[in-house]
Amino acid sequence: MSADRLYAYVGAVLVALALYAFLVHTHVLRRLLAFNVMGGGTFLILVGLAQDGRGPDPVPQALVLTGIVVAVSATALAIILLRRWFATSQTTSLPEDGSS
Amino acid sequence: MSAQSLLPWMLMVPLSWATLMVLLAQQRDAITRVVNVVGALVLVGLSVALYAGVAQEGLAVHALGGWSAPLGIALRADGLAATLVVLTAVVSSACGLYAMTSERAARTNGKSAPRYFWPLFWLLITALNGIWLAGDLFNLYVGLELLGLSAVGLVALGGSEASLSSALRYLMAALLGSLAYLLGVALMYAAYGTLALPELAELITREPMTQLAIALMTVGLCLKTALFPLHGWLPPAHGVALTPVSAMLSALVVKGSFYILFRLWFEVAPDVVTPLAAQGLGILGAGAVLWGGWQALRESSLKMLVAHSTVAQLGYLFIFFPLAVGTGATAAALATQGMLLHVVAHALAKSAMFLASGTLIASVGRGGVADLAGVGRHMPMSLFAFGLAGVSLMGLPPSGGFNAKWLLLQSALASGQWFWLLVLLGGGLLTAGYVFRVFRESFLESPDDAGQFTKTPRAYDLFALTLAAMSVALGLASRAPLRFMTNGLAVMAGVQ
Repeated sequence: MSADRLYAYVGAVLVALALYAFLVHTHVLRRLLAFNVMGGGTFLILVGLAQDGRGPDPVPQALVLTGIVVAVSATALAIILLRRWFATSQTTSLPEDGSS
Repeated sequence: MSAQSLLPWMLMVPLSWATLMVLLAQQRDAITRVVNVVGALVLVGLSVALYAGVAQEGLAVHALGGWSAPLGIALRADGLAATLVVLTAVVSSACGLYAMTSERAARTNGKSAPRYFWPLFWLLITALNGIWLAGDLFNLYVGLELLGLSAVGLVALGGSEASLSSALRYLMAALLGSLAYLLGVALMYAAYGTLALPELAELITREPMTQLAIALMTVGLCLKTALFPLHGWLPPAHGVALTPVSAMLSALVVKGSFYILFRLWFEVAPDVVTPLAAQGLGILGAGAVLWGGWQALRESSLKMLVAHSTVAQLGYLFIFFPLAVGTGATAAALATQGMLLHVVAHALAKSAMFLASGTLIASVGRGGVADLAGVGRHMPMSLFAFGLAGVSLMGLPPSGGFNAKWLLLQSALASGQWFWLLVLLGGGLLTAGYVFRVFRESFLESPDDAGQFTKTPRAYDLFALTLAAMSVALGLASRAPLRFMTNGLAVMAGVQ
């Protein structure tokens, strides 16, 4: 198995683990971390699978750079909302999800 | 200017106005108001010019910076994209003017308007235009994320506990949805080495990897379009947001992800998708029509009622799939026309209904349906706008909603799938039920209602009425826009 193929498989495992965590946890920060791990896994698949057996490819790397920018801004927005939510409600999970 | 050279401006103008609004955040009201009105005029003007240009020259393609695919970003506008650009400009201008009026009303009452509304408002338009005009899967992803982030920001602007929790819930759903979509994009690129829509459409073959990619993207997009049973995030987000925000979210934002789904299924991969999967989407759509309608019927808050109605109306869009996949050319063409007309008619009617509801609530001072008692005498124009929008949502003739449902109904008959008829009829009855419920409460007379209604700006009704009238007028003149929208779509190839 080539290294690129291995990256893709590791990415798939990360996505599966993170998806489980995202669905199970109610603590918003934990879900946010799960989202970031899932994003990392997706990026590994994006680059690994595209380069598998074809050599370096600039397009998926450019896509991943954009993806990282998007993920960072989404995380920042989520953290700001979460901080404000914690300040007003004193809880870390959303109303219908129960307590964490 | 040719349509081709207009394309980048459809993104540049709203993006520049978003930046401008950040810079002007500390300025006096009058300045931001003038700049916003100018922006709305420029946006509508450019959109109409693009529409006219595409009508004249056909498909317009622009390679940004002279870089062609795969490294460059191509913008494309066919009839459908140009129509949606105009729809976005019209609906968001009306909502923007409504927001300006309400800011002014808030200021005269000594209250402050939420900061950062305008940058987010313009960013939302940028993202929408980016999606309508995108020529490749990754550009669609960026548009989708930008749309989600600016929409979440707009929902959170309310600042209350409820708006914060709805915004967070919305953000979680949006993030999960776009990651599923991105995963599909990754598989597509690995399989075909390109993400440009026309190239993909030529290369794509029916194999397990592609089907997995399409499935992942479909699930992600359904989550973002709030398809039943993944709709849980929508009613709170659309229900608690500021009125013009609710209107734009329900009218335009949910259509963004649906538009990508349509392009994916019918332009990129028509040979990969299966009738079985389409039936599945149709059944979920039917579930949305009935469940959303039922929830709207039982809802006690007016804006939540309208938000549940959005869930139901989005269901109709998914009934389109079983009518168009694996059926004859005529049935597919009728279904496509019905679905596209429904997208436009619902956008106009639902934004009108949200604006009218917001006006009613502003007048009554409370948000419950039961609190509306007596409002019929004091706010006839708002209630008229609400009713006019309701006519289109129910699908009564003559309205855009009626023509859309009529086309879907004919397609159901043409493809021999009469059971979708029952869903269409049941959904119409439920819609009538919740619209008339609002009317019943409004015309009740309570003994002590004199003087407890706040006067609202006249302009409020003007915007709601204009949008509602347009959704009804669409029923009288739907042939030309329909022909333009469906021109060049692959799914129409069999009949044109």
